[in-house]
Amino acid sequence: MPPVAIRVSLVSAREEVLARVRSALGDSRGREVEVPRGYRSRDESSRAQVVERFAERVADYQATVRRAGSGQLAAVLAEACRERGASRLGVPPGLPPDWRPEGVELVADEQLSPHGLDELDGALTGCAVAIAETGTVVLDGGAGQGRRALSLVPDYHLCVVSEEQIVGLVPEAVGRLGEAAREGRPLTFVSGPSATSDIELSRVEGVHGPRKLDVVIVP
Amino acid sequence: MKGFPEAARESLQDSQLRRNLAHATRTIREKRAGVVGELPDWEQLRDAGEAIKDRVLLGLDGYLEQLEEAVVRAGGQVHWARDADEANGIVCGLARDHGVDEVVKVKSIATDEIKLNEALATAGVRAVETDLAELIIQLDHDEPSHILVPAIHKNRAEIRELFLRELDVDDLSDDPGALTDAARRHLRRKFLDARMGISGANFGIADTGAVCVVESEGNGRMCTTLPEVLVTVMGIEKLLPSWRDLEVFLQLLPRSSTGERMNPYTSFWTGVREGDGPREFHLVLLDNGRTATLADETGRQALRCIRCSACLNSCPVYSRTGGHAYQSVYPGPIGAILTPQLKELREGRSLPWASSLCGACYEVCPVKIDIPRVLVHLRGKVVDDERDKPVPDPERLAMGALAKAFSTRRNYERAQRLGRAGQFPFVRRGRIERLPGPLAGWTAMRDLRPLPKQTFRDWWRERERVP
Repeated sequence: MPPVAIRVSLVSAREEVLARVRSALGDSRGREVEVPRGYRSRDESSRAQVVERFAERVADYQATVRRAGSGQLAAVLAEACRERGASRLGVPPGLPPDWRPEGVELVADEQLSPHGLDELDGALTGCAVAIAETGTVVLDGGAGQGRRALSLVPDYHLCVVSEEQIVGLVPEAVGRLGEAAREGRPLTFVSGPSATSDIELSRVEGVHGPRKLDVVIVP
Repeated sequence: MKGFPEAARESLQDSQLRRNLAHATRTIREKRAGVVGELPDWEQLRDAGEAIKDRVLLGLDGYLEQLEEAVVRAGGQVHWARDADEANGIVCGLARDHGVDEVVKVKSIATDEIKLNEALATAGVRAVETDLAELIIQLDHDEPSHILVPAIHKNRAEIRELFLRELDVDDLSDDPGALTDAARRHLRRKFLDARMGISGANFGIADTGAVCVVESEGNGRMCTTLPEVLVTVMGIEKLLPSWRDLEVFLQLLPRSSTGERMNPYTSFWTGVREGDGPREFHLVLLDNGRTATLADETGRQALRCIRCSACLNSCPVYSRTGGHAYQSVYPGPIGAILTPQLKELREGRSLPWASSLCGACYEVCPVKIDIPRVLVHLRGKVVDDERDKPVPDPERLAMGALAKAFSTRRNYERAQRLGRAGQFPFVRRGRIERLPGPLAGWTAMRDLRPLPKQTFRDWWRERERVP
């Protein structure tokens, strides 16, 4: 005797929700909507102005901004760590050799546990893109940036930004990040240290994410 | 459920609440105005935001399928939920499958909407809210009163007492910094050991499959990065067609919401990523009244909302009554058009009247939802709905009587004569301050002028008679 086929007549939630959408839209379904993109898509300022604006806007968030000339980076990083009292920093794979501050112990993040990350004084990373108008650095998990937990759990984030990574406006940054987005890389936009205004709207810098953020700009 | 007027009356009597609200709404309003004024192309961004969201709504079925495919391709799992019960069942099932008895949660109004925490509690799972304000609300068994700053109705002294009672701390000052630090220490242990995280989503990107959380404290990053399993509950309307569209919304949202150029943290993840973040990702797509809202051509624009809360802060009604009076997880002007629609007019029927129609909400809305227009439209729908009821209410009777009185000259003049005779017991010092029975509602807020001894028509007739 052939096996009895049991027909499940219940429509799946997926089918039902999609059917509801289609019936709700009726004739207007799929009608093309033109998106007017008359907003600014490029910052016409000079490179120096863009870099300057980025430094100002990051500083507005109570983050410290330093500039390091060529060959000075390791020394500037060491100075930042000294000021923050950070002697053990987590670092991602692929950290450039000239980013190693003297007198600071660097711990490679080879899948440290959350508790292991919590015991570090801070983390040193690069970034993928930075946005002048909003004072934002964006990490995409690429070389020298590490996984998301590295720049999150330790209480201090020291981030190196090179001038050519800085764009003027948000649309320029979104454009540059298109490839990383299509590859499905995790992206984190960081604008200043973590903050809250939940108690009587009075702003407190530093909650769960790093309470201190330093940015070093290199040519 | 109480109507808005009754619920608002309670809130209006709380002077502490009114002070907090006035301060909060004014401060955020001013900050928003400052950062919006910085952008010369704000209006162009709003136009683009409106059009992108309309494009999503009119092609929603296709974009949902596209998102599903992209998430699955990236190693995530997609679940569909017709309503709150179904969504809660999915999340509780996942918690059970992984044997967790505690989950960490990012602030999410969608999960408040479906009462996920209660469902988890019934299933024996403790949901720990990790946003500072949500934590305060949860510890005090209270309800959020604002989309962005849910604990705005509480002051620092109240929060200090709450933390001393509920958190494991010996001594605590009422300084917001110290209070924040206590919450940080309490939650850090939870984050580091959490096995399952639950979030909402600000955006889902159909073409890449990325899901986005916009936040300030870093609790969102913790919940979406550290646990092994991440579950995101997202309303089906929160889509954007493509990655590029973020160039608009990453400008509109933070400036409209917290009044910052950019919020501290915005996270995007796509499915699961080897060696970085959760090993399992589940996306729950929630309908729960959204498709019913979509069916209304005028009302569907409410689904453009990106939950910035600018309309709350600009609303003269909200800034006096606060959020609790709306009795919904969506308060303020947007709540007044979203709640009744999501509930298909079963709840929130008085909300379309909780507005003076001044239009301030429309003015600040980053996606140009014409809230006053939808309010008027919904008023019409509620009235039409009442008309179908077998037993008419006093308002309908009064309107019926008025319609009759105004239908012919003879009826009108007769009604005037009747009114003049009937008003006599209620006139005091040339005013009617109180009417009896079902008419009392009209005079509760205003005095009436009595009908004059001689009406215009009487006067006109008399004038004709004069030779």
